[in-house]
Amino acid sequence: MSIVNLCLLIVLAPLAAAIVAGLGGRLISRAAAHTLCIAGVTVSFAASAWILDQMLDGAPVLNQSIYTWGVSDGLSMEIGFLVDNLSALMMTVVTFVSLAVHVYTIGYMRDDPGYQRFFAYISLFTFAMLMLVMSNNFLQLFFGWEAVGLVSYLLIGFWYKRPTAIFANYKAFIVNRIGDFGFIVGIAVIVAYMGSLDYMEVFERIPRAIGHDLFLTPGEPSKVITVICVALFLGAMGKSAQLPLHVWLPDSMEGPTPISALIHAATMVTAGIFMVARMSPLFQMSPDALHFIVVIGATTALFMGLLGLVNNDIKRVIAYSTLSQLGYMTAALGAGAYGASIFHLMTHAFFKALLFLAAGSVIIGMHHEQDMRRMGGLKRYMPITYWTCLIGSLALIGFPGFSGFFSKDIIIEAIGHSDTEGAGYAYWCVLIGVFVTALYSFRLVFMTFHGRERMDEHTREHLHESPWVVTLPLIALAIPSIAIGWLTVGPIVFGDFFAGAIAHAQDGPLAELGREFHGPAAFVMHAIRSPVLYLALGGIVAAWYLYLKRPELPDRIATRYARLYRLLVNKYYFDWFNENVVASGVRSFGTGLWKRGDETVIDGWLVNGSARTIGALALIVRRVQSGYLYHYAFAMIIGLSLLLGWLLLRS
Amino acid sequence: MPVPAKILSWLIWLPIAAGVLVLLLGERRIALGRWVALAASLSTLVLCVPLWAGFDLTTHALQYGEKEPWIGALNAWYHLGIDGIALPLIVLTVFMTPLVIISAWTTIERRPAQYFAAFLVMEGLMIGVFSAADALLFYVFWEAMLIPMFLIIGIWGGTRRVYATIKFFLYTFLGSVLMLVALIWLYLDGGSYEIAAMHRLPLGMTEQVLIFLAFFAAFAVKVPMWPVHTWLPDAHVEAPTGGSVILAAIMLKMGGYGFLRFSLPIAPDASRELDWLIITLSLIAIAYIGFVALVQRDMKKLIAYSSIAHMGFVTLGAFVAYDIWQTTGSVSGAAMGLDGAMVQMVSHGLVSGALFLCVGVLYDRLHTRDISAYGGVVNTMPVFAFFAVLFAMANAGLPGTSGFVGEFLVIVAVFKANFWYAFVAALTLILGAAYTLWLVKRVIWGDVGNDGVASLKDLNVREFIVLATLALAVLFIGVWPAPLLDVMRPTISFLVEQLMVSKL
Amino acid sequence: MITLSHYLLLAGLLFAIAVAGIFINRKNVILLLMCIELMLLAVNFNFVAFSRFLGILDGQIFVFFILTVAAAEAAIGLAILVVLFRQRRSINVEELDAMKG
Repeated sequence: MSIVNLCLLIVLAPLAAAIVAGLGGRLISRAAAHTLCIAGVTVSFAASAWILDQMLDGAPVLNQSIYTWGVSDGLSMEIGFLVDNLSALMMTVVTFVSLAVHVYTIGYMRDDPGYQRFFAYISLFTFAMLMLVMSNNFLQLFFGWEAVGLVSYLLIGFWYKRPTAIFANYKAFIVNRIGDFGFIVGIAVIVAYMGSLDYMEVFERIPRAIGHDLFLTPGEPSKVITVICVALFLGAMGKSAQLPLHVWLPDSMEGPTPISALIHAATMVTAGIFMVARMSPLFQMSPDALHFIVVIGATTALFMGLLGLVNNDIKRVIAYSTLSQLGYMTAALGAGAYGASIFHLMTHAFFKALLFLAAGSVIIGMHHEQDMRRMGGLKRYMPITYWTCLIGSLALIGFPGFSGFFSKDIIIEAIGHSDTEGAGYAYWCVLIGVFVTALYSFRLVFMTFHGRERMDEHTREHLHESPWVVTLPLIALAIPSIAIGWLTVGPIVFGDFFAGAIAHAQDGPLAELGREFHGPAAFVMHAIRSPVLYLALGGIVAAWYLYLKRPELPDRIATRYARLYRLLVNKYYFDWFNENVVASGVRSFGTGLWKRGDETVIDGWLVNGSARTIGALALIVRRVQSGYLYHYAFAMIIGLSLLLGWLLLRS
Repeated sequence: MPVPAKILSWLIWLPIAAGVLVLLLGERRIALGRWVALAASLSTLVLCVPLWAGFDLTTHALQYGEKEPWIGALNAWYHLGIDGIALPLIVLTVFMTPLVIISAWTTIERRPAQYFAAFLVMEGLMIGVFSAADALLFYVFWEAMLIPMFLIIGIWGGTRRVYATIKFFLYTFLGSVLMLVALIWLYLDGGSYEIAAMHRLPLGMTEQVLIFLAFFAAFAVKVPMWPVHTWLPDAHVEAPTGGSVILAAIMLKMGGYGFLRFSLPIAPDASRELDWLIITLSLIAIAYIGFVALVQRDMKKLIAYSSIAHMGFVTLGAFVAYDIWQTTGSVSGAAMGLDGAMVQMVSHGLVSGALFLCVGVLYDRLHTRDISAYGGVVNTMPVFAFFAVLFAMANAGLPGTSGFVGEFLVIVAVFKANFWYAFVAALTLILGAAYTLWLVKRVIWGDVGNDGVASLKDLNVREFIVLATLALAVLFIGVWPAPLLDVMRPTISFLVEQLMVSKL
Repeated sequence: MITLSHYLLLAGLLFAIAVAGIFINRKNVILLLMCIELMLLAVNFNFVAFSRFLGILDGQIFVFFILTVAAAEAAIGLAILVVLFRQRRSINVEELDAMKG
């Protein structure tokens, strides 16, 4: 089978499974639905892994269109695949996590009436995400981009009876659409200046855009390339939940846990990161855009991490952690360390999916209780969940040797070495972020698995380890969370793995680091001399002291610094602002236009107004029509005499 | 495939004759009348297969021409013929009519025979509008079509139907009369009512401006453009489901078609001078109406407002050509704007028609269009909810559905003219999603809102067939718009040529 | 010597009286009908006079036509009047303003 057909199989297998499971609905059994969907994703995973293997063996890059979507005005819009090392890696990560989540779902959604629907959605998501990463053009990228947004919308609102869920999915879609707004404007600029939608053609034609200015406001030129990059990055900000478009991600936790792991941690939210890396030839041309990106990313990394410290919902803490880690990736992009960003994306996909699934396992055990204040001591009851969660947390905080250590350390170092404007600020943000990450991660571990058992009797009696369909994916994800960094850091980040796919993979801050890199073991040893490790250890110790040793302390701190605490609990008032200023502003603006504009001015004055004017005129004229015969006769006589008189006088 | 002789006449007169037959069969033989109506509309659809298959994709010339003497004294001919911009709209018309007839199968209780007859007659007249090559013939079809629509809203409409019909009629008629004046002027000038001859007629600037404004009055009302749009929400709210569907799907397209067929090629210089007017009004429609749609409480009104915003893309794409030429010095992009406008028309026909049918499905059950009377419909009508969400997404312009294609092409094209045009146009991504999904959130999602919703029955076979057919069409165009674009290409390129040649 | 102008003058006077009767009278519909008859009479007068003085018979033939029409008209008019009275219990012209705009 040729690679192209294999690629088609990769995307179509989950789609076919989704269609059958979704449209078949109740006609097919639950077992049939999950067997089919898992089979579809397994096929995709196996094929993706094989392709990745081929790519590692030096197979040529595949860049081929499948069919012509449409041709308009000489612009050919094609649907096609670009498979190089970057997309092969993404495909494998996406399908692997997706497969793990599919299996996990059998256990997690066992009693849910929407079982088949859920499988259809996650398979559809896998299809959309694969279309996104495998695309060779902006049109298909945008298709995948919006399609994953659609499935995310459907899945956040999966439990559609909950008012919070349907509010959260609406919010998620609209916020994402704000990003997509920027994205489509970016695509329009690209078409206008490069005249193509195909990645490779666009990259070849970058010189056409350089040196051109756009006058967004009269007299103030902006570089075209910067406009393109900032507009595209706006899309990434929506999808990858960067400040200030991050507001949807914590609320998206209303969805079932498996999709929090798959969509809102491992894959969809990283689409923005992937896109920027894919577009690195463009972004590399615009230092202004990179400056913007590094600042946004670093700010998100630190300030979203802080919110994780005060939240008590186990899933939301992980969600804030995701926001913060996405901030790391974004900051790395801004620093020009695209490879490091993708590397962190990959390790993060494994350990964050692991954390979410572990949290899901805890939630199953606790009978859908998500408040950490009612947990504690679960280590005894759920050992596999505990150990895998601990592995995930260690990977997350970057404990030496674990996968997150390599990726995060490289990001921090790269930002330190970067010459992007704003990297200095970013460096401090991500450095402090390490401490914060360790603190909230181990706060979660300690509050959930250690300490006093705070749940009620009934729950405690029913506590037990989750079934194998749940723990198997946990173990499957724990292995790469430990090992993947050690195994791949050399080739992926410092080797020439991304040479063909990412611009300037060979120079930039990573190259500098690469010269000092002498294998993973040396890298671990090197860590002992860097402040990063001590910040992380400090975070663990602080968490231990605050939540195990002196559990009354956090409350005292909260009362002591009440103003700061309120700021954090209210999430910097973003939601308040959006709801009370933006949303209600838009609503009253709309009502104003409707009532004042449409009903009063147009209908009232113009339409009914002209009708009224004619009516008023008629009111005067109708007096002539008295209805009396003798008036009419008199008028006739007068008319006749005037006519006759005129005739006589004329002659 | 052999194309039957005089196929356009068949397309026009077959439904009209069937309509008269249904009327003659009367209310008492309505069971037969229904089948006659369905058979006639389906035969028209079948007739369109050779029409599409035999269409020559390489020329912009009128095809399937027919020319018979009509009013000798006025040099008016019964002259038919279609090109690449008429064909998709004719196909849209014959595609929608059977669906409307199926959807009204048993839901119309008062005088169903007359109802079906009205739709059949209207179908013929609408095809006549799109296939007329003689301006006077065009005008006759154009005005005649108002009568069945007037009756449909006036007889089978809601409580304020009289107000709505009069508003609808006066609005559209006022515009059309000015168009007649322009047509007569052109006839006196050139001695012929042939549209192609009018395209070639040299005209002075003042003449062009006056003619342009007269056409503008007719077509802007029909589209409808802001600020002459207020008849549309009223007409839609009061019209029965089928009336709303045809109104949104086909009648609005006549305005867009008129701009492409008359305004642009007949008065190119005036179009160049006045394109700022149309572009401004289109952008206002897209943004302003988006905000207005957001706060609607009536489902049909919301969809009606969203129609206005979507039609803003049609006029924007159609008139952006001159601005592109001025900014970039080339016409590259102009055809894309026109392509986008055409695709948007076809797509909007399908999507808004489908949404009105969805509202009709709910209205038939609970007899209210009030959004607050629903909530949690998905619990009792999951199949319906699937279609409603699909069409809502298409309305919000999701890629993979037809709604995306036109918007994408227009946004990309107008960027070449001006960054801010594209900026405002792209706002629809946010606004369109905001109002459509707000509707979905309040109607479809949520727990069962009240006893009415709890008692809802899911789609019956008839409704399922109608919505599924539309869904397939929406997805097909979204996934593969190439056939549609191919049909239009020669005509659109020729139109761009016409636009760029001054008549002065 | 009685000339044509005497006849015409008389006819004119009759016509003027009838016209005045139509729009001065505000009470009785019957009077209106009579005034209309009077107008026709004036016209007939003219026809006969011209016929005699010009020596052509056509005028007198016309008079017969007019007389028949007038008779029919009077009959219909009176019939309408009766119906009107039944409906309104009044034939007062002042009250008959159904044609008011």
